[in-house]
Amino acid sequence: MEYGLDLEYSFNEFLKGFGLSSEIAHIIWLPLPMLLVLVAAVVGVLVTVWLERKISAAAQQRIGPEYAGALGVLQPIADGLKLLVKEDIIPAKADGILFTAGPILVLVPVILSWLIVPFGQNLLISNVGIGIFLWIALSSIQPIGLLMSGYASNNKYSLLGGLRAAAQSISYEIPLALSVLAIVLMTNSLSTIDIVNQQSGAGILSWNIWRQPVGFIVFWICALAECERLPFDLPEAEEELVAGYQTEYAGMKFALFYLGSYINLILSALLVSILYLGGWGFPIPVELIAKFLNLPINAPFIQVFTASIGIVMTVLKAYLLVFIAILLRWTTPRVRIDQLLDLGWKFLLPISLANLLITAGLKLAFPQFFGG
Amino acid sequence: MSIAITTQFICFTVLSLVILIGALGVVLLESIVYSAFLLGGVFMSVAGLYLLLNASFVAAAQVLVYVGAVNVLIIFAIMLVNKKEDLKPINDIKSRRIISTTICLTLLSLLIRVDLTNVWSLSSPQNSIGEESTIRIGEHLFSDYLLPFEVASVLLLMAMIGAIVLARRDVMSKDISTGLPVDQELIEKKAEPLLTNKN
Repeated sequence: MEYGLDLEYSFNEFLKGFGLSSEIAHIIWLPLPMLLVLVAAVVGVLVTVWLERKISAAAQQRIGPEYAGALGVLQPIADGLKLLVKEDIIPAKADGILFTAGPILVLVPVILSWLIVPFGQNLLISNVGIGIFLWIALSSIQPIGLLMSGYASNNKYSLLGGLRAAAQSISYEIPLALSVLAIVLMTNSLSTIDIVNQQSGAGILSWNIWRQPVGFIVFWICALAECERLPFDLPEAEEELVAGYQTEYAGMKFALFYLGSYINLILSALLVSILYLGGWGFPIPVELIAKFLNLPINAPFIQVFTASIGIVMTVLKAYLLVFIAILLRWTTPRVRIDQLLDLGWKFLLPISLANLLITAGLKLAFPQFFGG
Repeated sequence: MSIAITTQFICFTVLSLVILIGALGVVLLESIVYSAFLLGGVFMSVAGLYLLLNASFVAAAQVLVYVGAVNVLIIFAIMLVNKKEDLKPINDIKSRRIISTTICLTLLSLLIRVDLTNVWSLSSPQNSIGEESTIRIGEHLFSDYLLPFEVASVLLLMAMIGAIVLARRDVMSKDISTGLPVDQELIEKKAEPLLTNKN
């Protein structure tokens, strides 16, 4: 299955053409994909913010942003600039160091997790062996940042919000990890590349969503809860807690939280599409299209076509899920904290455990369908 | 020295310094909250050391278990019971310090002895397993380390049942720490719907 563009190899060969050693070429190459992914994440956030404003307006029969650029597409940039030039305030009785470190600890693990998001066979920063497990481990750092900022604000609403956020993210991490485990069981690998390749056999029919419908729903609910999106946005709950752990934050530090939550939403949507919706796979397998056009799979045209289709499909699937998340946010009421914890511990946890057990059983019974 | 080795050396130095200074901070700082957050930093740096040793699965597990679970729990506990009160002065603080220093130094000498006597170098560089370590760990957990693995799970189950018993006060009629009868009024009442049954 080793086909697709290998940009790193071509780039290194190109630089070696100028007489550079392979080590220097590697060092020049290293920051490029990271920068590209960082830019992609930030642009993705801008698009999501614009979508959120427009869709919420449509859901409430308003027009939404209209004058900043065509259809208000420049509105998120204006928002970002506003946050950038605002005064950076640290409350007098707050703990300065922890107050500053909190938002950083919330944002950095989310951005680091983009390491494993593949947009094509070779289009990811690093195909690390522990793959999806890296994301689960990194996302467990976030509660510390939330607790830190909640505590350092020296404000009871912030502290309560931070404690709620940490409790929520800990309780939903377990069903999340269990539903990922069922996928890993079917793939025999933790690597995101292998997870997508395992679903690429027969186009849309071989996507994991058909084999793991329960896991898909559990994962999506948990991902929404981890992102603190509306049915589960108790940590911020404006009516009860002002703005939770973000209450005392302003300017760039608030922007870090804001950016973090939206990058996390896009990341979750991308991971749902990778784990359950075939990642970069086109609903019709590319091999069939190549055969139909009478072209070999290694032809340059097909290679470029596959790579661009891969990126478009990944982003399209992810944004479809982002759309659903936004629609959910503006049409559903918030759950209470006891309902939230009941749902997490008494419903999702047993369901995902049973799902894991049944997947293991089916894998033994039908190895050709559930990964032998 | 090649670039890769230099990078490794710099990473190792920085991580070791962070671990040493952070660990000293955990012990010596007055504020318990700072100690707890520094402990998280030390755990992260240890995970970094595992990464340098090519043990990426162990590093991720370290982050997940120690930072994501243990440290968050510690911080939770501190924040839920954080009372602004001065610690009581201890009378025989000097002798206690001497005893604890002796114990720590004994442990340290034991570790140094292990370090000096063990043969660390691999027979050949091809023997390092790297990415395959996840599979090897799984194989060991289900073969020669099966008994310790299962015993650990029983231990965790015991801890969980203990926590439930402590948290659910209606199981016992007396408070464990104070010995007073438990105020049954405080225990969860049946929820009454707000809007129905109101005239």
